[in-house]
Amino acid sequence: MNQLISFIKKEFYHIFRDVRTMLILFGIPVTQLLIFGTVIKNEIYDIRIAIYDQAKDETTRRITNKLLSSGYFILEENLNGISDIEDIFRKGKIREVVVFENGFGEKLVKEGKAHLQLIADASDPNTARLAVGYTKGIINDFIRKENPEMKIPHEIKTEVRMFYNEDLKSAYLFVPGTMALILMLISAMMTSISITREKELGTMEVLLVSPLRPTQIIVGKVAPYLLLSIINALVIILIGRFVFGVPITGSFALLMAETVLFILMALCLGILISTVAKNQMVAMFISMIALMLPTILLSGFIFPVENMPKILQWLSHIMPARWFIEIIRGIMLKGVGLAFVWKQTLILIGMTVLFIAVSVRKFKIRLE
Amino acid sequence: MENRQPVIKAENMVKKFGAFVANDHLNFEVYQGEIFGFLGANGAGKTTAIRILCGLSTPTSGNITVGGFDIYRETELIKKNIGYMSQKFSLYEDLTVSENIRLYGGIYGIPWRRRKEKEKELLRKLELEEARNKLIAGLPLGWKQKLAFSVAILHDPAIVFLDEPTGGVDPITRRKFWDLIYEAADRGITVFVTTHYMDEAEYCSRVSIMDAGRIEALDTPENLKKQYNARNMDEVFVKISRK
Repeated sequence: MNQLISFIKKEFYHIFRDVRTMLILFGIPVTQLLIFGTVIKNEIYDIRIAIYDQAKDETTRRITNKLLSSGYFILEENLNGISDIEDIFRKGKIREVVVFENGFGEKLVKEGKAHLQLIADASDPNTARLAVGYTKGIINDFIRKENPEMKIPHEIKTEVRMFYNEDLKSAYLFVPGTMALILMLISAMMTSISITREKELGTMEVLLVSPLRPTQIIVGKVAPYLLLSIINALVIILIGRFVFGVPITGSFALLMAETVLFILMALCLGILISTVAKNQMVAMFISMIALMLPTILLSGFIFPVENMPKILQWLSHIMPARWFIEIIRGIMLKGVGLAFVWKQTLILIGMTVLFIAVSVRKFKIRLE
Repeated sequence: MENRQPVIKAENMVKKFGAFVANDHLNFEVYQGEIFGFLGANGAGKTTAIRILCGLSTPTSGNITVGGFDIYRETELIKKNIGYMSQKFSLYEDLTVSENIRLYGGIYGIPWRRRKEKEKELLRKLELEEARNKLIAGLPLGWKQKLAFSVAILHDPAIVFLDEPTGGVDPITRRKFWDLIYEAADRGITVFVTTHYMDEAEYCSRVSIMDAGRIEALDTPENLKKQYNARNMDEVFVKISRK
């Protein structure tokens, strides 16, 4: 035990004395979270629109007011003709044009239907889709409220409610994702680098010759990062809670337990990488390319797994982060208990055991 | 010498990497308190042999004991009784002198109180008291190597293995380093050292010269010089490798 303590103490010296390590450990998580927090947005604010109102009556005026007071849209320009629309889009500011037909309000009352055209700049399809969707919603809502007796023909009334995230806040999406990403990065990359560094410097031999057992060396290497990763996870959860307002509906203890499990899995993956990688560069490369990218792309962090091609969907099954994200979304947002995430938990445990087994095997082969 | 107990004993030690034979039936004994030089050109198989004796690698076949313990079954006991200083520099550059000493003391299970005494003693001996809180990275190479050696024998092992300990150091520093080795040998620590500096071979009690995986000669430097009719070890070495 005494031996192990001396060893762990040394690991902490390494960590606290290296500026780069400290930056990766504490700088990256916070910046990444804040960057993702501001960049990944599935909601829209302040979309600039133009309105071409040919009717200029009471109804169109009220619809316009309603659109602009929603907070989603800003009126950039009132148009006087339809011909210059493309010109407007090319300038790049205006994302959507709303066109009311001549005599809009009158037709609506007399004929029970009136035409309204929405033209959106779909060079950014996500924004275009969202803008059109929001506009439609607001207008339908207006008509229904203003003319309760009127029936909009062929209309299926859909009552939409977004469960677990009523306001469709994207923070709910990226906080769990970023947490998985950061824990993966720190745990796997930092352990693999710190082990390969000892190999590179030749100090690993000295350790292997010493009475320290290989398991003690590994535990000593992993323990500081386990502790620091747990602290990081807490920081992320706190930032998520108090900066981005992501709730923790479920059990906090379960959330932490699952997080520790994921960290352990990532640490074992780091050990595995270190048994394969010859030096720090290779370890870093494997961690970055082979872990980070698939974690971002295939885990369902940003892109929903269900929309991927079959092969990628299948690939996503071997992404540990995918299961972890499912677990923490479940616990944080839906407030589910272990009964609902036992399958994902078992998968993570299975992966951890697999990585340990392979590492031990590889470690022995290397000693030959 | 006949009465002395061998502390290292190798019988028909063989190590193969695929078809390549790195150690071809090595036979040698090393006695307590002696400085045993293990010589050979690069790639002759020195490092392979020292790695086997330290337990970093397992031999393909052969009977080997280190410190009286069997190399296959009693590795843990061997590890407690040996020190090791490698070709590459073996201290942590981002730790201070004191921290390195304490770390190794800790790893080798020296009790805390004893560790403090040892640290003090060592710092005084190496005249490093002033530099105790300096990072290793800032020390001159000669000091680092002396410290690395002293740390390797901090736990008073029966045997210390030195794998080309003086690589890249000037002759004067090398000479000073050897003073430390003599001192350790006087204390009864057996020194097993690999080197390719022939002037260092003269300092050893006995030397073995390896070539292409085999031990070609094993005797005291005096006897070898006589046997090969050479003025110094350098000539002995050249004659053996030309054979």
